Amino acid sequence: MDLRTLSYLVVGATFVLYIGIALWSRAGSTREFYVAGGGVGPVANGMATAADWMSAASFISMAGMIAFMGYGGSVFLMGWTGGFVLLAMLLAPYLRKYGKFTVPEFIGDRYYSRSARAVAVLCLIICSVTYVIGQMKGVGVAFSRFLEVDYETGLLVGMAIVFCYSVLGGMKGITYTQIAQYCVLITAFTIPAIFISLQLTNNPIPQLGLGSKIAGTDTWLLDRLDLIVTDLGFDQYTTSARLSTLNMFAYTLSLMIGTAGLPHVIIRFFTVPSVQGARSSAGWALLFIAILYTTAPAVAGMARLNFNQTIEPAPGQYLAYEERPQWFRNWEKTGLLAFEDKNGDGRIQYSADAASNEMVTVDNDIMVLANPEIARLPNWMIALVAAGGLAAALSTAAGLLLAIASAISHDLLKGMIAPGISERAELLASRITMALAVLGAGYLGLNPPGFAAGTVALAFGLAASSIFPALMMGIFSLRVNREGAIAGMLAGLGVTLLYVFQHKGVMFIASTSFLGDMPPNWFFGIEPNAFGAVGALVNFAVAMVVSRCTARPPADVQDLVESIRLPAGAGEAQAH
Amino acid sequence: MPRLTRQQAHQYWRRNLSLMCKLLLVWFAVSYGCGILLVEPLNQIRLGGYKLGFWFAQQGSIYVFVALIFYYARRMAALDREFGVHGDER
Repeated sequence: MDLRTLSYLVVGATFVLYIGIALWSRAGSTREFYVAGGGVGPVANGMATAADWMSAASFISMAGMIAFMGYGGSVFLMGWTGGFVLLAMLLAPYLRKYGKFTVPEFIGDRYYSRSARAVAVLCLIICSVTYVIGQMKGVGVAFSRFLEVDYETGLLVGMAIVFCYSVLGGMKGITYTQIAQYCVLITAFTIPAIFISLQLTNNPIPQLGLGSKIAGTDTWLLDRLDLIVTDLGFDQYTTSARLSTLNMFAYTLSLMIGTAGLPHVIIRFFTVPSVQGARSSAGWALLFIAILYTTAPAVAGMARLNFNQTIEPAPGQYLAYEERPQWFRNWEKTGLLAFEDKNGDGRIQYSADAASNEMVTVDNDIMVLANPEIARLPNWMIALVAAGGLAAALSTAAGLLLAIASAISHDLLKGMIAPGISERAELLASRITMALAVLGAGYLGLNPPGFAAGTVALAFGLAASSIFPALMMGIFSLRVNREGAIAGMLAGLGVTLLYVFQHKGVMFIASTSFLGDMPPNWFFGIEPNAFGAVGALVNFAVAMVVSRCTARPPADVQDLVESIRLPAGAGEAQAH
Repeated sequence: MPRLTRQQAHQYWRRNLSLMCKLLLVWFAVSYGCGILLVEPLNQIRLGGYKLGFWFAQQGSIYVFVALIFYYARRMAALDREFGVHGDER
């Protein structure tokens, strides 16, 4: 069977599964719509959180980035996993105890202020919308490459699927679909990795394979890789840091705090039945995430090795362009891989030197997607990778859309505009906002604004600098008050936005960047993407100082804080 | 549900904070410590084909993170039972 038919079959089968789940798990109340009735077990919630969290960026881009950054790519591995430790200890159990539906709702109550709630809604919407654009693009791209349909058609099909299960089922539908999507995406990621590891090292476990000797030789795989890339003039794979130690530190910290502060991840912990469940569920989530995140570095290293060895089978022996393999031809068509015969010898010379390098374009994103082809794995595995990429993008998009819809229908409509609205009306309103959110995301995916590429990093920066500190201080400090929290959120947000805009351009329009995107102008050499950590520190400092200078929070708020610190009674919310 | 006295509640919270601080120290040590700040000296040591600092940054820190959360969840569940604030769920 050819690849296209197979891809249609595999992807089609997964879609039937998702829609089936949608029909089976319709939400009947707002509680089911926002938090799946609060009755999802810790393991199931962990699996759903893992799918929610791992986006197209984790599935498709991350291993590719590590493949070309080597050790420097570790910031993504540590940053995107370490945040769950913070979430499990600092936020999830207490927010679950508090027992409401959304993140802004907690901020509004804890800081006894509608303005604080409104600021939180604003931060949440900016974070989630910037993030969702990337997912929609991922859906469109995966469709157009594997099913050979237009980008637009692919996006519309993807939207229709998300629409079905998220508008009908709300959090309930999304949770059960995400569990299925996790199974699809983890199988799709690990099976090719196992086969590639076997081919290269005879070890079926990729995590061990990366630290093994190359099959039939006495050379460690990583030593061979270091040798090959340094011969070509690149930095050594296992030691090439990202800019500086301080920058790696700040980048990792930004991603960790940002991860813990992302609303679509936090709300997943509102669905478990108890505080103890919220804690262990974070562990299950990270365990399921770690399966992919510890495999990714192996995929990265092995893909880089395979890629280089295909182009230059032995030192100085270059592959003739006419003899290039089929995957090379396929990816050339997409423009993500490009060759330019600079010295006119008809052979491919790949090196770090821009003047003589003939592989003028090698996109990070092709590494995972082309990996099974490069390793000459059978077609069904390539079809599986397509379904996995779609599962990763769709599951994250649905989680984000629910966070947006609940912020609008629950925090803005019910919380501020029409508090007297009935449950039925709110449920209808949340379905309508969900539908509008899907359409809005689709529109942004079809007409991506020029700044789309820079926005995912911005989402982390915003979550790190605004939402995380406000939540953490709300739980761990009795003293931080309304004035402090609002000033802190605005200061953290302001500093981060200013830093990103001054180097990347206002709204990412490069010509408006007034300090230029160049390392000498960076604050202590910290790149804009890593600045969320500094924004968070500013937020903490401003909030503390302003709170000291203004009145203590009222007694009932202090009681609220005392009560969320104790787990007993978390189950009460489940009863009604 | 038995209600805790103010003093008991504060004691529970202090025990929680002290456990949390210890575990966050480990969290910091494996990622920022072994994976970033001390990566060069650790890279002199080998773990199979891995340089040790590189292994912490790309593998080891993640395994420790998972273990930390489960350990915290278990210890806290025990603490909850000790103070009678466990609730009646799983």
